[in-house]
Amino acid sequence: MELIYITLNEIYKILLLIIPILVSVALIVWFDRRVWAFVQKRKGPNVVGPFGLLQTLADALKYIFKEIIIPASANKVVFILAPIITMTLALSAWAVIPMSEKIIISDINVGILYIFAISSLGVYGIIMGGWASNSKYPFFGAIRSAAQMVSYEVSIGIIIINVLLCVGSLNLKDIVIAQEKMWFVVPLFPMFVIFLISALAETNRPPFDLPEAEAELVAGYQTEYSGMMYAMFWLGEYANILLLCALGSILFLGGWLSPIDVYPLNIIPGVFWMTFKILLLFFLFAIIKAIVPRYRYDQLMRLGWKVFLPFSLIYVVLTASFLVYFDLLPK
Amino acid sequence: MIAHAIFFYFFSIIAIISAIFVIVSRNTVHAVFFLILDFISIACLFIMIGAEFLGMMMLIVYVGAVAVLFLFVVMLMNVTEQKLSWFRGTKKSGHIPTGLIVGSVILLELVVIAGGWKYRNTFSETKFLSFDENFTNTHLIGNVMYTDYIHLFQVSGIILLLSMIGAIVLTYRKREGVKKQNYFDQVSREREDSVKLVDVEFDKGVKVDD
Repeated sequence: MELIYITLNEIYKILLLIIPILVSVALIVWFDRRVWAFVQKRKGPNVVGPFGLLQTLADALKYIFKEIIIPASANKVVFILAPIITMTLALSAWAVIPMSEKIIISDINVGILYIFAISSLGVYGIIMGGWASNSKYPFFGAIRSAAQMVSYEVSIGIIIINVLLCVGSLNLKDIVIAQEKMWFVVPLFPMFVIFLISALAETNRPPFDLPEAEAELVAGYQTEYSGMMYAMFWLGEYANILLLCALGSILFLGGWLSPIDVYPLNIIPGVFWMTFKILLLFFLFAIIKAIVPRYRYDQLMRLGWKVFLPFSLIYVVLTASFLVYFDLLPK
Repeated sequence: MIAHAIFFYFFSIIAIISAIFVIVSRNTVHAVFFLILDFISIACLFIMIGAEFLGMMMLIVYVGAVAVLFLFVVMLMNVTEQKLSWFRGTKKSGHIPTGLIVGSVILLELVVIAGGWKYRNTFSETKFLSFDENFTNTHLIGNVMYTDYIHLFQVSGIILLLSMIGAIVLTYRKREGVKKQNYFDQVSREREDSVKLVDVEFDKGVKVDD
């Protein structure tokens, strides 16, 4: 009996997290398109609902009613599995993100490693989709995307090491609490910039959206997908983008903490600050999408391996020696 | 405790079945996928016994990096369908005796190890991994790895570095006629290097020296 009660309680908690995430993914897609349109002096989606807020819902409805086409030469099981894996992984990583001091599904000791592991599994959805389609463009897209994600994961890992040196714990709540005096964006500003750029590459956002570069590869690994399966890829992608924004705000912008600890600001609940910071980072992502042209593939690889990796490694040494010299290492 | 047992059997059954499928499946890409499933379920087992750091490292290193490269090689080498499967194919294969010898040697070694195995009641009280509720197991592993085993740890790092350099040296070949961009040259190019303004006299033309 107790077991059933615990299970139901957990399911309730999970639903309470997943439904807001799905809704916010829908809104964030609208926001993305809207920002993109305003930069280009267009109106953007503004017809369905107030300010076009329900546009994504209408799109989702359209996708649900479209036919799912599975190519005859595709590997059916893997083909169907790929979008499911992408979306499941993107949502499951949210289990350890603390939205405020209390709101967190599972407060595990190795939270940051968990997120890192889940985001490195995200490659599989794309590779499986590209390979199972059994067609040239998707396969090229998948290969590009996998190489890109593996490369930029390395630099993200080293950036995380920089932050962890200052925290002394792998727990996400500890990381936020360690920033009570000063957000890590101040001492580790170069790392914050590199994190943002690597996050763009990690989530295949423009200017690094080579896996789905429409001028070269039609739609990359998603070319053969239609209907709800395409929508699932798309939901997973945006959930991943939001996840990296959340990770950025936890690592560098002090998570649920208010900017300064003074009276009217610190009574606002932490969820508000966390959401605000996630939105701020996402706004940066959206602006970058609108104003930066696409990178060439060799430039992308060069940036990852020859610029970001050595720079962040040197910064690890710098941070560590600074902490040791001034005896600031976390106990 | 029941839930614990259920999850343990769930993950271990998946691990064993997928390990069998790695060997049995005839499509090599499927074999790699089963290998990944195997890694993941073993990582889950690690997490269940409380070794969450090891479990996550398993996921990051093996599933996130090693298996991706496996998948790359298998997909790009185009060995997807193994038609000459030796236990089904009609063609006589010369690899069977070698395989049998190696297999039996490994089996013998396993028997020797398993036969000499003794269970200790005091396993959790070994010297270095003394269990302390106040520390997470990341701390404990760090404490052991960077104090007692620091030399072995660094030697293994150097071995990895050497093997990486070795792999690059073995596969690197200098190709002729490859045009490379030099970013420094491109950025430091001045107007005087590339443009020259000349007053051209009427009906004379100008000689371009190149």
